[in-house]
Amino acid sequence: MQRTDKTNRDIVDDSFAEAYFFDTEQTDEMLSRSGEIASHWQPFIQALNTLGLEEMVARHKDAVRLLRENGVTYVVHGEKHGHRLWELDPIPLIISNSDWESISTGLIQRAELLNLILKDLYGEKRLIKEGLIPPEVVYAHAGFLRPCNELLSANTNLLLTYAADLAKDSSGNIWVLSDRTQTPSGAGYALENRTVLARTLPHLFGEAGVHRLSFFFRAMQNSIAELAPHQKDNPNVVVLTPGPYNETYFEHAYLASYLGYTLAQGDDLTVLDGHVWLKSLDGLQPVDIILRRVDDIFCDPLELRQDSRLGVAGLLEAIRQGNVVVINPPGSSVLENPALIPFLPDIAKQLIGEDLCLPSVTTWWCGQPKHQDYVLTNLKELVIKPIYRQPNTRPLFGTELSSTEVDTLRAQINAQPHLYVGQEYISFSTTPSLIEGKLEPRRAILRSFLFAEKGGYAVMPGGLTRCEGEAGELTVTIQGGGISKDTWILAPEPEPHISLWQHSKSGPIISEDSQGLSSRSAENLYWVGRYAERAEGHARLLRITLDKIKMGLEVLPLGQPLPSAVFTETHGEDSRDVSELAYLRSMLRSLTGLTSSHPGFVSKDGQGLENELLSIMLDTANSGSLVSTLQSLVSAAYAVRDRWSTDTWRVMNSIENLCSTLEKYSTNDKNLQIQSSSSESDKRTLQHIQTELDQLMIFLAALSGLNAESMTQTIGWVSLDMGRRVERALLLIVLCRSSLVAVQEEWIEHLLLESILAAAESLITYRSRYRSALHLPTALEMLLLDETNPRSLVYQLKRLQEQIRDLPREKSGYRLSEEEQLILEGLTQLQLSNTFQLAQRSEQSTQRQGLEKLLVRLAQILIELSDVLTQTYFSHVQGPQQLVTTDPS
Amino acid sequence: MPINYKITHNTQYSYNSLVNLCHNEARLTPRSSAQQVCTQSEFIVEPEPTSYRERKDFFGNTVYYFSIQRPHQDLSVTVTSHVEMKESRIQTDAVKDIVWETVQEQLKIDQDAEILEVRQYMLDSPMIQEMPELRTYADSSFTKRRSLLEAVEDLIKRFYEDFTYDPGFTTVATPLAEVIEHRRGVCQDFAHLGIGCLRAMGLAARYVSGYIETVAQPDQEQLVGTSASHAWFSVYLPDIGWIDFDPTNNQIPTNRHITVAWGRDYSDVTPLKGVVFGSGTHELSVSVDCRVV
Repeated sequence: MQRTDKTNRDIVDDSFAEAYFFDTEQTDEMLSRSGEIASHWQPFIQALNTLGLEEMVARHKDAVRLLRENGVTYVVHGEKHGHRLWELDPIPLIISNSDWESISTGLIQRAELLNLILKDLYGEKRLIKEGLIPPEVVYAHAGFLRPCNELLSANTNLLLTYAADLAKDSSGNIWVLSDRTQTPSGAGYALENRTVLARTLPHLFGEAGVHRLSFFFRAMQNSIAELAPHQKDNPNVVVLTPGPYNETYFEHAYLASYLGYTLAQGDDLTVLDGHVWLKSLDGLQPVDIILRRVDDIFCDPLELRQDSRLGVAGLLEAIRQGNVVVINPPGSSVLENPALIPFLPDIAKQLIGEDLCLPSVTTWWCGQPKHQDYVLTNLKELVIKPIYRQPNTRPLFGTELSSTEVDTLRAQINAQPHLYVGQEYISFSTTPSLIEGKLEPRRAILRSFLFAEKGGYAVMPGGLTRCEGEAGELTVTIQGGGISKDTWILAPEPEPHISLWQHSKSGPIISEDSQGLSSRSAENLYWVGRYAERAEGHARLLRITLDKIKMGLEVLPLGQPLPSAVFTETHGEDSRDVSELAYLRSMLRSLTGLTSSHPGFVSKDGQGLENELLSIMLDTANSGSLVSTLQSLVSAAYAVRDRWSTDTWRVMNSIENLCSTLEKYSTNDKNLQIQSSSSESDKRTLQHIQTELDQLMIFLAALSGLNAESMTQTIGWVSLDMGRRVERALLLIVLCRSSLVAVQEEWIEHLLLESILAAAESLITYRSRYRSALHLPTALEMLLLDETNPRSLVYQLKRLQEQIRDLPREKSGYRLSEEEQLILEGLTQLQLSNTFQLAQRSEQSTQRQGLEKLLVRLAQILIELSDVLTQTYFSHVQGPQQLVTTDPS
Repeated sequence: MPINYKITHNTQYSYNSLVNLCHNEARLTPRSSAQQVCTQSEFIVEPEPTSYRERKDFFGNTVYYFSIQRPHQDLSVTVTSHVEMKESRIQTDAVKDIVWETVQEQLKIDQDAEILEVRQYMLDSPMIQEMPELRTYADSSFTKRRSLLEAVEDLIKRFYEDFTYDPGFTTVATPLAEVIEHRRGVCQDFAHLGIGCLRAMGLAARYVSGYIETVAQPDQEQLVGTSASHAWFSVYLPDIGWIDFDPTNNQIPTNRHITVAWGRDYSDVTPLKGVVFGSGTHELSVSVDCRVV
C-alpha cells in the first residue's frame, strides 16, 4: 500500500477501498450503496490512507501483543486449555454524534421501561392482572424468582445496570436484538479495547475526537457510592465473581481493580446479623454494595439454587433488611425473556405513555396460538429461542436445520409452546474490518451499557462491538469465534482526558489494600510466593546440573539406564570417572529431593538419565516437575488477578507462555524415548530447554523484583513474602540434606559445596569473603547462619519471625501464638548450633548426624508453620452444606 | 362447633462436629383462612438464634428465618401452634355438577385477574414436570363431560388402589417418574402425582402442606401421615375457589386437616431448610403431635 495524497472523493478508487466496495452487498456502516464514504468515517479513512494498510497490519500486531501482555482473555466453554486470547480488530466502528444521540435516547427509554416492568413483576403485578403480559410469560420463565418477590421496597430502582445488543438492518434502522439485565458482561472488555487501541493508533484516535469512556465509569463509580445503605460514606464495594473458571473472569478482575473494588468469591463473604461481611486477614469487614457477576439463581443457596457454591447463604435476607445493595438485585433475569418483546409497545404506552424509540427485533411468542402457528409455518425463516437462556443453549436458525431437526423442534414447541419464541432473522449491516491484511465488510452488533444515575440512566458513549469471524456467519458471539472492536462515538468537541481518581465526589477513594484482603486472596498470594520461589530454586539447580552434565561428564551414556555407580557408593577406587559419578549422583539426588519426584535418581530402577531429567522438567503428571510448579504459579496468580500491576502481569504472562513452550516439549516426550538411542536429538532438546531455563530465570527474577519493589507492603505483600521465605528455607534444607549430610571424598565434597553455594546464590559472596578453598564449616556458616546473607536459612527465619509478629491476631495475654512459638523454636535451634560440630561426623557413621537432625527438625517446623498459618489465616472459608429436610409422611 | 387443635412439631438435628454458622427458613406456622384461624404459634429454637425475622412469602405463607452464629452441635426447632377449625370446608354439593372441560376452558380464556394469577398452577414447577405418563394415567378418570369433583375423586381412589404407601421407598428428592414406575411413595409423592395429572389435563392444582390429627377420635378412622408434616393437593374451580383432596387417605379433607402452607410443589413450602457451615454429617429426628384440645 503506497502512501497517497488523494482527496476524499478519490479514496474509493484506492485499491483496498475499491475492493471493499465490491464486496459490499448489504448496508454498510462506512459506504453508501453508491460507494460514498459517510462523512463521519472520512477523517478516519483519510488517516488510514496516510498510514497505509501495511502499517495498520503492523499496528494490529502491536495491539495483539499488548492484549497478550495485559493478559486479556476469556474462557471458552468446553475448551481444555482455559482462557483464550481476546481478539481485537484495529478498525473501530464509528458512529456519528447525531446517530448516537438518538440511540442513547432510545436506550435510556428502554432502561426506564424495563425498570418499571421489573418493579411491577416483583411487586403489584398489575401488568399481569390487567392482561398486558400473559401470566405464562412470567410464571413459566425460570428467571422469575419467587423468593425475590417484594425483595425491595416499591420506590427502589431495581434495574441499576443494563446492556442491550443493537444491530442495524438493511434500511438503516437500529433494532434491539436482546436485553442483558442481570450481570451484563463486556463493559470491561470495551474499556480494555479502548485502552489498547488508543495506544496502538494514538494519532488516529487523538484526531478523531472520540467520546471518552472514563466519564461513564466515573459516573458509575459515583452512582454506586450513592447507593450505599444507610447513606454510608465510603461504602465498601465488592465485585462478586464466580471465580477464575468463569468465561469473563478477566473482566471481573479488571473492573475490580479499575474501579478500586475488592474482588471476592461467594465463599469470601458471609452473612451475620443480617449484614454481609468479607472474610479478610484482618477479620470481618462490612460489605455495603455488591457488584455481582454471579447469575441470579446462584446468589443464595438458602433461598435460590441450593447446590450453588457461588453465592452467599442469607444474601436475600440481608437485601431484604436493607443492609446491602446488590447490582442488579437477584431476579432481574426475568427481563432477559424474549417473550416479553411482543408486549413491550403496549406496556410502554401504559407505563410511560410513549412509543418505543428503539424497536425490538420482531418476535412471536408461541404461547399465543396464532403466533405459534406462524412460527411453525415459517420455522425455516426464523430464529428460534427458548424463553429462558441457559449457558449451553444457543438460538436455532431455521435455515440451518435439517428436516429431522425441524421435526424435533416442532415437537418441542408443540409440547410446551409457551417456552419458545420465533424471531425475525435480521441481516444486519457490515462494517470494515481488517482481515488478513485487507479491509473486508463484516456484520457487526454493538453491546451498549447503561448505569442508573440520579434521575435516569447514563449511557456509555461507546460499547463493545463484535463482528463475525467468518463472513456469512449467522451469529456473532465471542464464544462462537467473533472478533471484537472498539466503538468510536464522535464528539462534537474534544473532551479532556480524565483519570478516574480525580474529582471523585465521595472524597478520596480508599485503596483496596486498606480495605482488607480476603483470606482467599491472602492464601493465593502466599502460594504465588511459594511457587515462584520453588520454580526459581528448581530452575537454578537444573541449570547447574545440566551444565555439569554437558561439561565433560561424558562418562554418562545418554539413553541408557544409569550406571549402577550412580546409585551405589563406591569406595577405594579413585578412578576419576567414579568420583565424578558420585558427585553427579548427589546432584541428581538433590534434584529428586527438591522436586519430590521419588524414586527418581534415588532408586536404581530409575529410567534413563535424560528421561528422568525431562520428567523433572516437563512432566505435567509429576506434581513436582518444573512445568507443574509453573502451572500452579500461574493459576494462583490468576486467582488474584486484580492484585497485580500491569508490568507484573506482563511478566506473569511471559512465564505462562514459557510454560506452554515447555509443555510442548513434553508432548514430544514419547518421541524422545523412542529416539533415545540417537542421543544427539536429546542433547539438542536439552540444549533448547536450557535456553528456556535461562529465560525463565530472568522472568522469575523480574517477578521477584517487582514483588519486592512495586507492591505496597501491606498484608497482601506480607502473605506473598512469607510464602517466599518458607519455600526458600525449605529448598535450602533439602539441598543441604541431600548433598552435605553424607560424608564423601573431600574432592567430591568440594564440587558439591560449590554447586550448592551456586544454587543458593551464595558462591560469589563466599569467594569474595573467604578467598580460600571451599571449607565445609565456613560454607555451612554462610548457608545457614549468616544473618547478612539474604539467601541464608537464618535470614529467612528472621524475616518470618518479623512478619508473623505483625500478623493481625487477638491478644491472649502473654502467651505466644502457635506460629510465634514455632518460629521461635526454629530460630533458637538454628542459632544455638555450631557449624564446626555440624560439619563433623561421628566415628562409625558415614553421615553428619548433627546436621541431619537439625535440618530435619527445621523442615518439620516450617511445614507445621505453613499448616498453622493456613488454618489460622487462610481458612476462614468453610463450605456450606444443605440441611437434610424431612420427608412429609 | 369449631374444633381447637394444638400442634407441637419438633425437629432435631445433631451434627458430628461443631457447626459455626447456620441460616434457616421454616414454613411451620399454620395459615389463617376461611376454614381455619391460627390463634397462636410460637417458635422455640435451641440454641437461641442470633437473629430471626418473620415474613410472608410469594404465596402468603409465613416464613420464619433464623440464624445461629455460634458453634453448636445440636439444633432443635419446636413450633407450638393453636388452630381453630371451622365446622366444614366446602359444600361439595355446590360444585358436583361442574364439568371438568368447562373449568379447563374457563382457565384458558378468562381474563379475570384471579384466574390470570391461578394460571401459574397449570405450569410445570421445579418438582413436577410434564411427562406423557401423567396424561395417560389421568385420562381414564377424566371421561367426557364428567363432573370435575367426581373425576378427581376417581383419580385419588385409583391412586389409593394402584399405589403402595411406603415410607422407606422415596426421599424428598425422588423424581416423580420413579414414583410412577414403582407405584410406591408417601404423601408428598401422591400429592405431586395428583398435581401432575391435573396439570396434564389443563387444570390448576397446588401443593398443600399441613398436619392431620395424630390419634383419631374414638368414633373416627385413624389416618395415615401423622408422624411428620402431611401433604395433599388442591384443585381450583373458577368462582368457587380451591378444593382440597388427600390422595394418601383417599378423601376430601373436612376438619381434620390443618393447612400450614401452599405452593406449586414441595420445593415452595419445605417445612424446614437451611445451610450449615461446618463439616461432617448429621442426624435428624422429627416428631409431630396434633390433637384436639
